[in-house]
Amino acid sequence: MMLQSSVLASDNGGFHAPSLADFFPPAIFAEGTMFEFNRVTLVRLIAVAALVLFFWLAARRTQLVPGRMQAVGEIAIDFVRKSIAVETLGEDRGRRYTPLLATIFFGVLFLNITGVIPFLNLAGSSVVGIPIVFAVIAYVAFIRAGIKERGPGHFFKDQLFPPGVPWPIYILLTPLELFSTFILRPVTLTVRLLANMIAGHLLLVLCFGATHYLFLEAGGPLALFGVITGLGGLAFTLLEIFIASLQAYIFALLTAVYIQLSVEAH
Amino acid sequence: MEGTLELAGNLNAVGYGLATIGPGIGVGVLIGKTQESIARQPELAGPLRTNMFIGIALVEALGLLGLAAGFVFP
Repeated sequence: MMLQSSVLASDNGGFHAPSLADFFPPAIFAEGTMFEFNRVTLVRLIAVAALVLFFWLAARRTQLVPGRMQAVGEIAIDFVRKSIAVETLGEDRGRRYTPLLATIFFGVLFLNITGVIPFLNLAGSSVVGIPIVFAVIAYVAFIRAGIKERGPGHFFKDQLFPPGVPWPIYILLTPLELFSTFILRPVTLTVRLLANMIAGHLLLVLCFGATHYLFLEAGGPLALFGVITGLGGLAFTLLEIFIASLQAYIFALLTAVYIQLSVEAH
Repeated sequence: MEGTLELAGNLNAVGYGLATIGPGIGVGVLIGKTQESIARQPELAGPLRTNMFIGIALVEALGLLGLAAGFVFP
């Protein structure tokens, strides 16, 4: 914990308050170009490498009676299939969409969880690129599902002109539905994930920075408060693990719900 | 008597504070209702919990929009 907080105090006086500059660290190489490689990119690459390694270890040489790694992988995928896909989409459609939902769930989970891993300390999804990518995947998925299963005319008609409504109300309802379904859904998916990860990171930096400052640099009785902020840091780390998992679950679940709303017949 | 009152500080923080009132009440109502429903019908706990999470995600999105707006409009 002290190693984690000592990385923050590059200046030797004062308290390093968290700020948005934490999310834009200096470039390691290729600075200024579109392919700028900084600490955030490094964290993301490590998270993706861990994800690929986990599933490669689980899935190579699969046997009918699973070994330990394969059993863990099966439990993971079965969680997505049972609790997210089949529960929202029904049996056969749920099984068809399980690969997509599992990709979204585990991708977001592994990128979120790097925020609590000791030497990484930054969620891969706390800079806007990754949330936008996953939101675009979900957006394309639910529009494509609707167009493929209902036909483009019926799909847009059902989304923008919900049946069972007297026609003058469509003047008010259709722009609202257009905005809410085709603009607000990907935006809220992005902002929800992004803001949760930013807030979690700032909270953890605040707690551990305060602990570092109060223990090492402030005098005497203030060090007692350092214990309190340290315990707060521990509690918030556990909370952050929960929030990271919950946000991954919510992202995948909302994608499944949007797909279900696109394909269901009235 | 003449006096001037000067307010200093960040309006973004005040704005975000106000923005948390709504989602706070909303999430509280949601979870409370889910608690009641599970107490009445424990066999439905699974779907009720799923719907609760969907509801929490949608309600909290507005609170997080308040947090993001503070950073976007400096």
